[in-house]
Amino acid sequence: MPEVKMTVNGKPASGQIEGRTLLVEFLRENLGLTGTHVGCDTSQCGACVVHVDGRAVKACTMFAAEAEGAEVKTIEGMAEADGTLHPIQQAFQDHHGLQCGFCTPGMVMSAAALLAESPTPSEAEVRDYLEGNLCRCTGYHNIVKAILAASGQDVSRIAAE
Amino acid sequence: MYAFDIERPATIADAIKALGSGETQALGGGQTLIPTLKQRLAAPERLVCLSGIKEMQGICTADDGALCIGGGTTHATVAAGAGAYPALAALAGHIGDPAVRNRGTIGGSLANNDPSACYPAAALGSGAVVITSNREIAADDFFQGMFTTALEDGEIITEVRFPVPEKASYQKFEQPASRFALVGVFVAKYGTGVRVAVTGASEGGVFRWSEAEAALSSNFAPGALKGLALSADGMISDLHGSGAYRAHLAGVMTRRAVAAAG
Repeated sequence: MPEVKMTVNGKPASGQIEGRTLLVEFLRENLGLTGTHVGCDTSQCGACVVHVDGRAVKACTMFAAEAEGAEVKTIEGMAEADGTLHPIQQAFQDHHGLQCGFCTPGMVMSAAALLAESPTPSEAEVRDYLEGNLCRCTGYHNIVKAILAASGQDVSRIAAE
Repeated sequence: MYAFDIERPATIADAIKALGSGETQALGGGQTLIPTLKQRLAAPERLVCLSGIKEMQGICTADDGALCIGGGTTHATVAAGAGAYPALAALAGHIGDPAVRNRGTIGGSLANNDPSACYPAAALGSGAVVITSNREIAADDFFQGMFTTALEDGEIITEVRFPVPEKASYQKFEQPASRFALVGVFVAKYGTGVRVAVTGASEGGVFRWSEAEAALSSNFAPGALKGLALSADGMISDLHGSGAYRAHLAGVMTRRAVAAAG
């Protein structure tokens, strides 16, 4: 079996893989990073979103071999080493941006990619950017609110519906 | 997925060499091919991954003003970097979702020629030239029916060259679950005439609506299409819409595209 090498959350990672090993399988099964979830395995739900060289991708729709030499960031790489949550994670907690939490890793990674591209997005931009992230609990309102709050915008007048 | 080997060449020459033997399949961004492999609808012995080929990525302008897009360029890169052709940038920016646009490529989309994909409408509607590893193919000759193109085994799209029109617009009526085009129409007005390409509607894949092109070439206004209608014969009929519905929708989206192009 061929070997793949990449950087995951700032640390070198490598392992023996099959050609058909998906990036999400490599992260979860070889590296034990189970924060990245597999919701649908059909490229639709976005629970598996991670960053590859700074860009949000669905880790269930990319082979591990394609990430050779790449910088990968997963949900485990978001909080500080001392456990302090990333501002987006904190905003999800503060604004009840999750219920069951299954979609949350993908939501947070997509939100981080959006805020890197557009630091103070409008509500419409946030909703548009989350097109590929499905949540079956919240109805999205508090997720959108949390992302707007994480961008430093005043959300006190946005009511949850 | 069935098991296969995977190769990741760094140059076009190495990719062609790798594609030349056995049951091999080129892998672009994988946003269609990987789900297809998961469903065991394809079983190649070997995948040749094109995403590591830097010489196939990026956007530039040719001496004649045409916009040249590398075959391995992602939708996100085209959306952000094809400002010289705003209708094309807008089309690329509405394919799939952001994460899909960060992986999916123009070459992969055109080579797959899904009957509901957006890019074939842009290529045919612009009279683009598809440049492969060994020849140049006019868009009019490239698309040969649903999931069928002029590409031969082992041939890959290295670049697509789009003449930039005076005005253009792509209007997509999304199938609300898949977000693919239920019907999409690309209209482009050039000095030499107007081109109209329809995707999502026909069992034969993307096609040009020549009656609409003639009418719009003499009068580029939505009203010029009055009285023109496509036949429902040969249109896709499924649970999302009948052939007659799609034929009607193509007329509506063409008028919207002309109005939006201004």
